[in-house]
Amino acid sequence: MSTLLEVSGVSVTFDGFRAINNLSFAIGQAELRAIIGPNGAGKTTFMDIITGKTRPDSGTILWGEKSVSLLKMSEAQIARAGVGRKFQKPTVFEDQSVQENLLMALSNARGPFAVLVWRPAQEDLDRVRDLASEIGLADALPRKAGELSHGQKQWLEIGMLLAQEPRLLLVDEPAAGMTPAEREHTTEILVEAARTRAVVVVEHDMEFIRRLNCRVTVLHEGSVLAEGSLDHVTANKEVIDVYLGR
Amino acid sequence: MSRTPLSQPRRSFVARNPSVLVFLAVLALFTLLVTGLSEGFGVGLISTSFVKTLGKTLTLALVAVAMDLVWGYAGILSLGHFAFFGLGGYMIGMWLMYERTRQIVTDSMANATIPPSESEIVDAIGTQIFGVVGSSEFPLVWAFADSLALQLLLVVAVPGLLALVFGWLAFRSRVTGVYLSILTQAMTLALALYLFQNDSGLRGNNGLSGLQNIPHLDHVPQSVLSIWFFWASAAALALGYLFAAWIVSGKFGSVIRGIRDNEARVRFLGYSVEGYKLFLFTVTAMIAGIAGALYYPQAGIINPAEIAPIASIYLAVWVAIGGRGRLYGAVIGAVFVSLVSTWFTGGQAPDINLGFYTISWVDWWTILLGLSFVAVTLFAPKGIGGLFDLWAGFRHPDRHGADLGPDHGALREKEATE
Ligand SMILES: Nc1ncnc2c1ncn2[C@@H]1O[C@H](COP(=O)(O)OP(=O)(O)OP(=O)(O)O)[C@@H](O)[C@H]1O
Ligand SMILES: [Mg+2]
Repeated sequence: MSTLLEVSGVSVTFDGFRAINNLSFAIGQAELRAIIGPNGAGKTTFMDIITGKTRPDSGTILWGEKSVSLLKMSEAQIARAGVGRKFQKPTVFEDQSVQENLLMALSNARGPFAVLVWRPAQEDLDRVRDLASEIGLADALPRKAGELSHGQKQWLEIGMLLAQEPRLLLVDEPAAGMTPAEREHTTEILVEAARTRAVVVVEHDMEFIRRLNCRVTVLHEGSVLAEGSLDHVTANKEVIDVYLGR
Repeated sequence: MSRTPLSQPRRSFVARNPSVLVFLAVLALFTLLVTGLSEGFGVGLISTSFVKTLGKTLTLALVAVAMDLVWGYAGILSLGHFAFFGLGGYMIGMWLMYERTRQIVTDSMANATIPPSESEIVDAIGTQIFGVVGSSEFPLVWAFADSLALQLLLVVAVPGLLALVFGWLAFRSRVTGVYLSILTQAMTLALALYLFQNDSGLRGNNGLSGLQNIPHLDHVPQSVLSIWFFWASAAALALGYLFAAWIVSGKFGSVIRGIRDNEARVRFLGYSVEGYKLFLFTVTAMIAGIAGALYYPQAGIINPAEIAPIASIYLAVWVAIGGRGRLYGAVIGAVFVSLVSTWFTGGQAPDINLGFYTISWVDWWTILLGLSFVAVTLFAPKGIGGLFDLWAGFRHPDRHGADLGPDHGALREKEATE
């Protein structure tokens, strides 16, 4: 399987503190990957780097078949190239309806002039409705996103992510604030999405990770501590010491 | 104009679309009423100078709509839109002054035994216009002053270009929030100071005057002209309002409101935030220019003091008092505050004698306005426009003190409706 994203030797320092230390990571075109690690391990920062929010001090990030460097691209360009992201804290546009949130995320033209004259076609509205039923918000389309519960906002953000149709999904702690049933549904959506695209999930909940049933990367102090199946990494002595044993 | 047809919230449809119709109807009624009561076309209950005040007020409402687009919808607190307004005024003022002076000069030279040459006429116009600043040469900026069409083009082109260049530099460097506001103030101040100089080419602190005298329309009395301008102002406001409502009605409106509340999130959706800001900043600067070009012929004079930074701050105050993030709020704020301001500062408000001290409203009005601004910000963030929410039964959501987004311009909890 060919790689979609290849991160090599990336380091980031915040005021002398090395948050990411010579990190290397690769993921294939259609692959599900879980990232675990203690608080402050650098999981969110890792996503910040891929999405262009944080610029690394050194290292390379190559994307796609043509191996273009993401380091020269702006956040918006990276997103348009096909990297979608769900934030740790649910971030939806609270003053706007669920429908408006989803319409904004749909993978249509992004330029100001195109957007100015754009009006949703029936297929866009159908797509929004399908997505909404997939994330259990079919009845909430006209509601303002700010009125939704924490878990529903998580859902909406996942829906927006799917609407973008990215080639790589970066999902930061999707299950936080969800009921067990909702977690299960999230797992299904992520596994399903990973059939056709690359999905990286950061999560603390081991049960959740187990259900994903995928390769696991353990981050610690900004670099990869272990990688392999969940059973493989949980048996690792170092992993037990820094993460599981606490 | 129509919003997304399907499964839109009912109240959003009721709250948004009809408001445009209601606004246009009210504006049309108001225009008819003023026309019917005017000296030029009606029974003469409204003086010509008050018609001009009302016409000017409509152009202020138009620039307030532009301000609301840029601040209320996109969260960019520009404190420079009155500079664009003033530039629009200067651009039309140049033609008005040039053409009118040319008329006077050619009339006075018509009796001369030797017919004057073209260059003699131009020299005479130059002496007339620039005598006050000790010059008679036409500066470069007057190159197109003899052409109405070109100066009309400059009314939108000059503010638009300035906004484009300024915005490109500022947005590209990701200057946001209070720093951007300060930068726009600096731009405004620099422009005003430049125009104050005699060698700026725009007659320094004298500014351009006699703009109420429209060339070739000497036979039309001011009472009629004032109504013409009033109509033009009303039409411009109607079109500007429609255009603004169209801009914010679709996905573009969603994106800029997203930028206001959480611009980083918009970026991660793949929208180039800078491009959107630049587009909006430039377009609203052009609208401001058009508003200014209609205002100053009704005011009769424009000078650099009009562009002073405080004017742009007033603009923000109007929008805040009217209620930002809703177009009719901006109009209400501009109309209400500027009319009340005219009343107070025009010496019509009776002074209050406290025995030991007399409150003279000409001086105290600014303080009253400042206090109202603070009070509105603290106690009624939705502004006057929020009264319509009471009537429609909207409440603001209880978000336990959290605003709708992390950004500086984000809608505050109390500004939002559920
Ligand atoms: N912008 C920043 N400036 C300074 N330090 C930062 C910044 N962003 C992250 N850090 C630091 O980098 C380290 C890694 O943070 P990060 O948020 O990536 O951890 P995480 O693995 O996502 O943790 P959690 O499980 O708590 O979400 C932390 O020590 C954090 O304090
Ligand atoms: Mg994190």
